Amino acid sequence: MIINCPICGPREAAEYSYIGDATRVRPEADNIDLNSWSDYVHQRQNPRGNHHEHWQHSGACRSILCVTRDTLSHAISGVKLVGPYSEDTK
Amino acid sequence: MSRYSAFSLFKNALSGHKNWKRAWRAPEPQKKYDVIIIGGGGHGLATAYYLAKEHGITNVAVLEKGGLGSGNIGRNTTIIRSNYMLGANTRFYEHSMKLWEGLSNDLNYNMMFSQRGLINLAHTPGQMDAFSRRGNAMLMEGVDAELIDNQEVCRRVPGLYCGQNTRFPILGGLCQPRAGTARHDAVAWGYARGADQYGVDIIEHCEVIGFIKDGDTVTGVKTNRGEIFAPKIGVSVAGNTSTVMKLAGIDKLPIESHVLQAFVSEPLKPFLNTVVTYGAGHLYISQSDKGGLVFGGDLDGYNSYAQRGNLPIFEHVAAAAVTMFPVLSRLRLLRNWGGIMDMSMDGSPIICKGPLPGLYLNAGWCYGGFKATPAAGWCFAYTIAKDQPHPLNADFTLDRFYTGHELDEGGSGPYPGHQ
Amino acid sequence: MSGFRLHNKGILINKDAPIQFSFDGKKMNGFKGDTLASALLANGQTLVGRSFKYHRPRGIYSAGPEEPNALVSLRQQGRHEPNTVATGIELYDGLIANSQNAWPSLNFDVMAAIQIFSPFLIAGFYYKTFMGTGQRFWHFCEHFIRRAAGMGKAGLEADPDRYEKANIFSDIVIIGGGCAGLIAARTAVQSGAKILLVDENPELGGASLEEEATIEGINTADWIAETINHLAKNNNVTLMRRTSVYGYFDDNILGAVERVSDHKIEPENNQPRQRHLKIFAKRVIIATGTIERPLVFAGNDLPGIMLANAALRYAHRYGVAVGKNVAIFTNNDDGYQTAIQLKKLGVNVTTIIDARTHTNFTLDGIKSITGHVVTSAKGSKYIKQIDIAPYDHSDHSIGDIQSLEVDSLLISGGYTPMINLTSQTGTPAIFNEEIQSFIPGPPNRAWQACGALIGAFELEECLNTAIEAAQNSQKLLGLKVSPVKPVTVSGANLKAIPFALTEIPCLQTSAKKFIDFQHDVTVNDLQIAHREGFRSVEHLKRYTTLGMAADQGKTSNMNALAIMAQLRGISIPEAGTTRFRAPYKPVALGTLAGRYIGNHFSPLRRTPMHDWHIEHGAEMIEAGLWHRPRVYKKSGETVTDAYIREAAAVRKTVGIVDVTSLGKIDVQGPDAAEFLNRIYANAFLKVDVGKARYGVMLREDGYMFDDGTSWRLSPTQFLMTTTTANAATVLSHMEQLLNIDWPSLKVHVSSISDQWAAMAVAGPDSRNVLQKIITDIVLSEEGCPFMAVRHGHIGQIPIILARLSFSGERAYEVYTGSHHGTAVWSAIIEAGQQFDISPYGTEALGTLRIEKGHISGPELDGRTTMGDVGFGRMASTKKSYIGSVLKQRPGLNDPDRLSMVGLISTDHKAIMAGSYMLDGDQNIGHVTSTTYSPVLKKYIALALIKQGDDRLGEDLCAVFPLEDEKNNVQVVDPHFYDKEGAQLYV
Repeated sequence: MIINCPICGPREAAEYSYIGDATRVRPEADNIDLNSWSDYVHQRQNPRGNHHEHWQHSGACRSILCVTRDTLSHAISGVKLVGPYSEDTK
Repeated sequence: MSRYSAFSLFKNALSGHKNWKRAWRAPEPQKKYDVIIIGGGGHGLATAYYLAKEHGITNVAVLEKGGLGSGNIGRNTTIIRSNYMLGANTRFYEHSMKLWEGLSNDLNYNMMFSQRGLINLAHTPGQMDAFSRRGNAMLMEGVDAELIDNQEVCRRVPGLYCGQNTRFPILGGLCQPRAGTARHDAVAWGYARGADQYGVDIIEHCEVIGFIKDGDTVTGVKTNRGEIFAPKIGVSVAGNTSTVMKLAGIDKLPIESHVLQAFVSEPLKPFLNTVVTYGAGHLYISQSDKGGLVFGGDLDGYNSYAQRGNLPIFEHVAAAAVTMFPVLSRLRLLRNWGGIMDMSMDGSPIICKGPLPGLYLNAGWCYGGFKATPAAGWCFAYTIAKDQPHPLNADFTLDRFYTGHELDEGGSGPYPGHQ
Repeated sequence: MSGFRLHNKGILINKDAPIQFSFDGKKMNGFKGDTLASALLANGQTLVGRSFKYHRPRGIYSAGPEEPNALVSLRQQGRHEPNTVATGIELYDGLIANSQNAWPSLNFDVMAAIQIFSPFLIAGFYYKTFMGTGQRFWHFCEHFIRRAAGMGKAGLEADPDRYEKANIFSDIVIIGGGCAGLIAARTAVQSGAKILLVDENPELGGASLEEEATIEGINTADWIAETINHLAKNNNVTLMRRTSVYGYFDDNILGAVERVSDHKIEPENNQPRQRHLKIFAKRVIIATGTIERPLVFAGNDLPGIMLANAALRYAHRYGVAVGKNVAIFTNNDDGYQTAIQLKKLGVNVTTIIDARTHTNFTLDGIKSITGHVVTSAKGSKYIKQIDIAPYDHSDHSIGDIQSLEVDSLLISGGYTPMINLTSQTGTPAIFNEEIQSFIPGPPNRAWQACGALIGAFELEECLNTAIEAAQNSQKLLGLKVSPVKPVTVSGANLKAIPFALTEIPCLQTSAKKFIDFQHDVTVNDLQIAHREGFRSVEHLKRYTTLGMAADQGKTSNMNALAIMAQLRGISIPEAGTTRFRAPYKPVALGTLAGRYIGNHFSPLRRTPMHDWHIEHGAEMIEAGLWHRPRVYKKSGETVTDAYIREAAAVRKTVGIVDVTSLGKIDVQGPDAAEFLNRIYANAFLKVDVGKARYGVMLREDGYMFDDGTSWRLSPTQFLMTTTTANAATVLSHMEQLLNIDWPSLKVHVSSISDQWAAMAVAGPDSRNVLQKIITDIVLSEEGCPFMAVRHGHIGQIPIILARLSFSGERAYEVYTGSHHGTAVWSAIIEAGQQFDISPYGTEALGTLRIEKGHISGPELDGRTTMGDVGFGRMASTKKSYIGSVLKQRPGLNDPDRLSMVGLISTDHKAIMAGSYMLDGDQNIGHVTSTTYSPVLKKYIALALIKQGDDRLGEDLCAVFPLEDEKNNVQVVDPHFYDKEGAQLYV
């Protein structure tokens, strides 16, 4: 697989490390409900098909990316930078 | 039904093998069963077999979307072991081991279960300590285990590099002498034939496309071959658990699907008489009766349903194999395949009633599904028949993540693939 | 023994370069340019191997990678290479090859007696017998079964050769250097695209080398030479011969093997044996062509039976006639074309048996028998006679049999496209009725198939599909596409359109008709599989082992599918096809491994002071990927002696330990303190500048993750330390939180583990030592109190000094730039001489921390909570932090959980790590860390046990069943030494 890093360009997946499901949202700090935290930490949709997932370009720029990838064909249809420098944050 | 034996082979040979019967029937689905098992893999078929044999429940259908045994039972590295550390796991896998030891005779189908032992190699004193803890735990649960030193490892595994001039010299290992390998396809076929003989309907090419519910209670399934009803429906589709459970309205589970690759080499005359795992490099090697060396590595490391993986694992498995066995450098890999693992969030399985009334779930097997086949079927059948778990699977609940009763054998937390 | 060298023939061999080689110890002669297979045939060696199951005699069946029979053991000693396909071995002087799976000799193989039992050795027979009364009986039988199975033997010596890896990036990769591949390259070259053309053979041209057509006005051979010349002149084209693409992976990454030195007796200076190529292709053009298909009749595996087109290649390329009296059995026109060409080359083709009733070919000097089939081939070790009979197309019956003496029978059963690579991409194959075979389906990725692979067998069509593929690839890459005239070809071979012929009836019911030669799968096995319900392609394969051998069923799959379809009464496409898997051709482990083996399997991390440690007697130990001193042995000392001495020295005077391997993370930004406060379980907001604080991190699920100290260097900067094992994970954890969950926090983190060398100076004299060499830090209790962090110098070298203690003694951690590590270390050692400073290793480090009751790896095993190890009260209740909610789950607060205690051996024996704790016969926990305590002069340990806090003073038993050991121990507070911490200030 090749992931097109917005910083470095297209690189083989072996340069990246997989973080996982990007659709999970960490509960707010003041939420103390055990179940909603366990849902966040342990429960996954695990779709067969398009999956939004976080990868880190750990072997190079270390940026964290949100990749949209089909879990059946492994085809990647989108890569976005995540974090303070991403389009969404700006 | 005819029994298999040397005599039956001889008799059939005389008639030019014209009289062999189908190993299992190919029935049309009925409208209603007492139990439906979704998934005609090893676990599903074993469940049906034990439902009939142990609990007298024979009005059972096993629904398989493709051909029988086409999932992970047919795409693994065939290793059987019960060398676990946490009590619940040790007891469960040892129960499985005991069933394996009688399985060929029980099913009248030779599984070719070859108990040639398994050695986990250790490279540091810390690893030896960890293996000591595991080996002691095994012995205390009545499982066989031996701690062996470098010399003994080398004696048992000719060809293994035992010197110091390598990145991770071998210090010793933990051996389970009763561990081994079995002919994986035969397991599916043996259980299928066994269940069929009790009257279980094994229905291939019957894909579940939806569940029929009465309120929350699941009462039947919609399939590409019509609706089928049953008061109890067991889901045993590791690799595709999330996909099937979504049809029942369960949107999330503590499971991710990952691909695990395996490799087989060209056939060699007997070379390796035990199973060996390389602690430093995510590699396990055994030799099949046919002569091929079977290699398994680490997960590719991303969610996948693709039953195939990528090059980095090829390269890594080969590097670990040559590092362990420099004499195998010129041996060639012949074939590669990938299986889809149900990676649970603590590395341990789920066999439980629920999560909906009428539904029962057997899932989350991570790398351990093949060796668990007999016990998983046995426990799942018990859970379905008695509507409560057997003590052996009582800890394998779905809600343990909410209550904090994880069974984290690897101690690596809710990160699938790091176990 | 019928093959021989033809006079003045062989386009690939050099008769002026004779070569000597040996097969089974017999000296033989060949020429440069030969393959082992062609040379064996030329030497009359018809029998070359024994089959897998029945040990039947087998000869060379093909001239390419599809070869099912001719597997040999090549070379010797460390270069011994089992199961090597003779058709793919280029002959070199001194080559040594041996046959396999035969004992005592190839000619007389005792195991061939197994054929007497062949009526029982049907598909699936293992599953039906050998069960006896249980495992013991099976294990007894298995011993013999295993010895009978297998093919070649593993080598006994390590491989002396080297393997390399390379990455190649190309715009257009063309796989297959036949005419189609060549013209695709010629078409695309004009666009300026970077083109790579690979072919598995030493010569380009592929099947077209046997074409006698005229392409663009010149004959095929010249056209090929000219095209190669033209391509070679272009800088944007790379032609790679002897290179096989074996795998097609995601995103057009191809795995390939370049056989750099396999055609030589050993690699020349600085050359690897093989090179593994990872090819990154924007577009791929697949032109892998076809292989010829066998026909299925009784005795079809006898040596002397061969694919027709292979015999033609042997004659044309290597000047070898496969026999003196040759017949051809065909079901299509290509059999005739081959016959004519063979005849022209001087091979005595006498008869052609054609299953079809009619052909337009007229032959000179060759008897053509149409409407007939070969029903049986006879002979013991090689073919001597064939039975032929009229064949009734309507009911598949045969008529009266007549016999024919032959020494070779060539089979022409139509052509099967090599869809292996396209199949690997997951594209389903499509059945093509005309050629009775599967071709690639529509591409699912950036590739395109062309040429004979897609059924364009006839040369003109073949070339034009390749031109189209090249133009299409250029277009899709956004490159310039110049118009290209379609190619015209005259005099080419006609398209081979086979008459569908599955299994040929035979009068003797016991005769074997082989489908998979390498795995000895016969028609009978297929019938049994069908009867028993193993009918789908997957079941058929797995039950009979069809197509599972080293050739991956290249010659067998199509015939098997056709026969199973016939048995089931359905069409071939309904019966389906299997998916080919990588590798297309077996790949050596060494090639895939490259240089990442042995010492280079994984990087080794050394601290800057590594050489000093080695020079001073350190025995190193693996920690993470680091090598750290375990102990510094003095002469005659054991590891135990050494660590006891080292630990005692720290308690008495002073010691120094290398702690460089700890993870070090630079945390900077206005929100740095807030960030640390969120990721540590204890409070971090109010750490003063110039102070360090010990912190514990949890995972999100509430279990302990890591511990370490963080030093506030400025209001906006912390230097965080982590455990060695978790250095990378902690950094990644922090980066994820900052980017995914808290992007608004103004913090940046960087790993600085490699930038700093670190050492701890510990013991009552530690201050005295450092005071001698540090002049710009006041080391008094007031100037540098416990947990203080100071910047200063040792000589000219800048350092950071932190007053921390893992040992429980007064101690300082000294950090300096990696390149200054040894200088600072040496300066401290020198200053410490008068105090008897002792370097100490990880063992003594462990002893000291166990005495002190500090946790480390064995206690932080990923399953423990802060409560378990006595940190319950340290966790903040006032803030939200990672893990703060889920640590409250009932399972993590169960009163039955294990808690950390100390153990003292009451029978003065070492307590063994990994022991379990018994209370009566109740298993109540386990021992985590053990040591001998020089302070207490006792064997002590840390353990996790149930209700540990309530058991202080209890006598328990620690058991180690693996070695039948038992230890009586007393439960004590885990802080064995100086619980109040008075020593920290001494």
